[in-house]
Amino acid sequence: MKKTIVTFVAACVIMLFTGGVIAGAVDSLRLGQDLQEDSKKPTKKKQLVVEGGIERSYKIQPPVIPHSIDKDKINLKANTCMNCHSEKTYKQKKAPKAGDTHYLDRDGKTTKTVASRRYFCNQCHAPQVNAEPLVENTFKGAK
Amino acid sequence: MTRGEKKGTFGVLVIGIVLGIVLWGGFNWTLALTNTEQFCISCHEMEATPYAELEETVHFSNRTGVRATCPDCHVPRPWIHKIIRKIQASNELYHHFITGEVDTPEKFEAKRMKLAQNVWKAMKNTDSRECRNCHNYDSMDFDKQESRSADMHDEAIEKNWTCIDCHKGIAHSLPEGFDPAWNTPGEAEDEG
Repeated sequence: MKKTIVTFVAACVIMLFTGGVIAGAVDSLRLGQDLQEDSKKPTKKKQLVVEGGIERSYKIQPPVIPHSIDKDKINLKANTCMNCHSEKTYKQKKAPKAGDTHYLDRDGKTTKTVASRRYFCNQCHAPQVNAEPLVENTFKGAK
Repeated sequence: MTRGEKKGTFGVLVIGIVLGIVLWGGFNWTLALTNTEQFCISCHEMEATPYAELEETVHFSNRTGVRATCPDCHVPRPWIHKIIRKIQASNELYHHFITGEVDTPEKFEAKRMKLAQNVWKAMKNTDSRECRNCHNYDSMDFDKQESRSADMHDEAIEKNWTCIDCHKGIAHSLPEGFDPAWNTPGEAEDEG
């Protein structure tokens, strides 16, 4: 009985220490900043312009946007992305045309202009900034 | 010439000069006063829609802190064209005070296509004169532009396109039903 108690206490003590060590090793995304402190101001980042576009990371990824879109507007009346990426203008503007799937409505019928369910480009297509990833990422997509 | 006649001529001259200064000065003063953004947006039609939209764009706030106000783009600088535009503006006053044609955002929206087309047509006719008060091919460094922009500007010079041919809807929202091909001079492919 005595032996059990000693073992139990010893185990508790060991867990206390190792647990503390493990807890200390955890590094949050706050980077050791105290909870009470004001968060650090993020550095200013510009939207990237990459000539020739950015390659997909995996097969069916919606291509990311290799230019800034801060002057573009998508609303009920207008979608300025389509000034270049539409079926009528892409050749002249040397821009990639919105994919064929973007011209199908939910019944599978081909539409003349971009289908309403694909109208909001930046729901899937995102502009990029030169930000470091918050955590290291070794993801490799199937090409 | 008698003494009295001399005095009379002198008097007329003085009155003429004073009157001239007051009238011409007053005219120019009024012209300058009605050529300010403050004056334009004193009508709610202008403040509620076109001005509110301008506030979101690069012509309102940008890296270098240069701002284009309403008259910079919408009132010609050459005197004769300015006067013509001012006379045309009486039509706008008529609609503001008498018909109230666009006195709600809904009415404005309904007429937006027509209004936009008027401005596009005017700018096309003047070879985008008001744009060129600030923007000039000669002062553009094509190396600092995105390659796509530089290529298009090269083509534009070559083919005599004008700014508004491609740059519609940069300061105010595009009207509903805008066809992207309208911002693409030359042969737009129609596959739809």
